[in-house]
Amino acid sequence: MIIVMIMGMFIVTMLPRLIPVFIVEKIQFRPWVNRWLLAIPYAALGALIFPGILSIVPNQPIVGLLGGLVAITLSLLRLNVVFVVIGSILAAYIMINLFPM
Amino acid sequence: MQISSTTKEESSLTIMKRGFKAGFPIMLGYLPIAITYGVLANQIGLSLFELTWMSAAVFAGASQFMAVNMIAVGTGIIEIIIATFVLNFRHFIMNLSMMNVLKAIPLHKKLPLSLGVTDETFAVSSMYPEEGKKAQGIWFYGTIIGFAYISWVIGSLFGGLLGEIIPPALSQSMGIALYAMFIGLLIPSVKKDFKVVYIAVVAMFIHWGCLQLGISTGWAIVYGTIFGGMIGIPLLKEEDV
Repeated sequence: MIIVMIMGMFIVTMLPRLIPVFIVEKIQFRPWVNRWLLAIPYAALGALIFPGILSIVPNQPIVGLLGGLVAITLSLLRLNVVFVVIGSILAAYIMINLFPM
Repeated sequence: MQISSTTKEESSLTIMKRGFKAGFPIMLGYLPIAITYGVLANQIGLSLFELTWMSAAVFAGASQFMAVNMIAVGTGIIEIIIATFVLNFRHFIMNLSMMNVLKAIPLHKKLPLSLGVTDETFAVSSMYPEEGKKAQGIWFYGTIIGFAYISWVIGSLFGGLLGEIIPPALSQSMGIALYAMFIGLLIPSVKKDFKVVYIAVVAMFIHWGCLQLGISTGWAIVYGTIFGGMIGIPLLKEEDV
């Protein structure tokens, strides 16, 4: 039964990923649609960051908030993304373990 | 191979190296999450084969965690499949945007790429649109997606196999990794063109507002992406980004 469920999950995940390939192949978009599609990555990043980041520790949104501020600061300093990631993991670790709330 | 003196052809290995460098943060973020997923899936009684197969077939973290939770509370298969569809529908919008950028890559090569689109592979890939204008670009995106996929599947297997190797304190703080990566991708674009901040912030508040209205996270992200992106229509120029 689990295998049937996984096949179902596979189909409903893959179809939305596949269909855009054919849409884009067939249709020439108008300029405003192209501008909308160009903006999608930034909109997606925004929607993916907030408010999800607040929930990395349940009931302690401050950990995600401060961890996010550390990530912003490190990226503003032009650090490579890998170091931004490691820095904010460290910040979260310190907040969770050294200063338990 | 012919190399003309005026146009420099890059070797696929050089391009793959660049792809690996760009995609490395995804692997860093995926491993602990995949391991956590493996541990949880194992605890609720999925076999090692089932939980690894789910990662290999579905390759969408949030919906896999959700499925594991729903199995644990005894939800039916149909509900789990419908919830998976709702949660993953955002990849339709993301792919529409990404495939529009990859015009130079032929259809049969775009198909396998499209299957590997997740929040993270999309976010990283779409920050390098110039690679999509090259016929060789398939190697760049293929490397990002391929390594992300491998680390997700292997990490899941590892989690199912080894159970509690990562102390909870560490895995919990690693939960911030992918969010930090999203921030690390957004900030350099903001420095290049401040307008993208408006797009991202509007999307954030649409997502947040939808949650306040009781809309599920899956659709809230879809709405945030669609309507937040619309702010870009008057803001961005065609030659931008």
